[in-house]
Amino acid sequence: MKAITNRAKQVDRTPMNFWERIYLVAIFKGLMITMRHFFMKKQTINYPEQKRPFSPVFRGLHVLNRDEEGRENCTACGLCALACPAEAITMEAAERLPGEENLYREEKYAAKYEINMLRCIFCGFCEEACPKDAVYLSQTVPPPSFKRKNFIYGKEDLLIPHPKND
Amino acid sequence: MTEEFIADALEKLALVGVMIALALGVAAYSTWAERKVAAFLQDRLGPNRAGVFGLLQPLADGLKLFSKEEIIPKDANKFLFILGPALAMLVACMTGAVIPWSTAFEWGDRLIVPQIADVNIGFLYILGVLSLGVYGIMIGAWASNNKYSLMGGLRAASQIISYELPMGIALITVLMITGSLKLSDIVTYQQDSYWMIILQPLGFLIFLICSFAETNRTPFDLPEAENELVGGYHSEYSSMKMGFYLFAEYTNMFISSAIISTLYFGGYDIPFVNDTNLVESIGANWVAVIHFFVLFAKTAFFIFFYMWVRWTIPRFRYDQLMDLGWKKLLPLALINMLITGLLILLFNK
Repeated sequence: MKAITNRAKQVDRTPMNFWERIYLVAIFKGLMITMRHFFMKKQTINYPEQKRPFSPVFRGLHVLNRDEEGRENCTACGLCALACPAEAITMEAAERLPGEENLYREEKYAAKYEINMLRCIFCGFCEEACPKDAVYLSQTVPPPSFKRKNFIYGKEDLLIPHPKND
Repeated sequence: MTEEFIADALEKLALVGVMIALALGVAAYSTWAERKVAAFLQDRLGPNRAGVFGLLQPLADGLKLFSKEEIIPKDANKFLFILGPALAMLVACMTGAVIPWSTAFEWGDRLIVPQIADVNIGFLYILGVLSLGVYGIMIGAWASNNKYSLMGGLRAASQIISYELPMGIALITVLMITGSLKLSDIVTYQQDSYWMIILQPLGFLIFLICSFAETNRTPFDLPEAENELVGGYHSEYSSMKMGFYLFAEYTNMFISSAIISTLYFGGYDIPFVNDTNLVESIGANWVAVIHFFVLFAKTAFFIFFYMWVRWTIPRFRYDQLMDLGWKKLLPLALINMLITGLLILLFNK
């Protein structure tokens, strides 16, 4: 049979010689190996003080975007909810009233926008589906909680801070 | 007469207190050191949350063990169940009594030798007490009424029996060379002549292997082989009784390291230094302090060695253990004894 790689090693089946049989030489070699590891760089990351950086393509907690004047981008078109394979997103649309032009960018907006973080699989399809650049996956993870209801994130949790007011 | 007796008794009492405190303190920090060494050998950091470098970890562990629920199994023999860990601990603390920790301190016109009992049966006492140590394990394991515990206890017993023999025979050579069972005499002999490791390399090797077996450390930790016997002899133990077993094991390790250093590495002897000159230049008390720290350093090295070996090599199989003990070490020890006897006859007429 032809070998797939050239890394295969033939098993050495020659009987052990005296030094191999008394086992102490092997133990000594092993001790030297572990001693080398004693002085090696440690792999541990001291978690709360040190944090492992996320990958640049990491998909974390969602944010709802505003434009540069602080108006909400979302028009409650429902494409994100449609794209969501886990059915984690629900929303209710409302019509923008006169005088609310500084709050919402278009005539329609999401009165309620909820993402259930326990359902969400962080696939990023909502981000891809959004025609208005409104929903993005950020670089953070949802904080832990003991209650399920704390994992249903509403608009107040998701919206990014207002560029001028906050 | 009586005043002298009272003074002697007080001195010995104080020494006992100091020695037990030392043994327990070292045992407590051995648990910390074990975890730290294990971590470092595996590229980890080990406990570092409780205090600087995790130095308060033994305290936290002890507190945890004390606050755990104490369970005595329904069908266990209650008296023996409690006796087991108590005996293990007692014996572990007793062994240290004969180790000479340093030369005498001068306190006024009193000479205080930091050795609890300089008995003339020295290491015979150690061998005896060490083999008593297995009773704690056996009784506890048997009283638990659990087959895994019993298996652990049986293994411990057979292991001690198998390895006591080569250990004793390896020690006979030391007796043959020094002509004394007294540990202080053995140390003085090594100060005047060579360290026993140079005179008895094979004997040292046998003794070292046997002490690994006697203290139930890897590669001979079959009595507590957790992947075969659930937890070994202490499966049924909880709370501080469990803690006592673990503590006894670490105390044993400390004492046995001290014994190895005393018997084979010159005890408190400072290598390449003439003691009489040193006493003249800095005084007997300071020399005694240095002696103590030298022996302590040697002991610490062997404690580290125990841990180093534990995290390097895997456990023996039971038949390999017996094979090594009876078919390899025992004949080797006997041959070593014969050769030593022959050499003494030839060169020491």
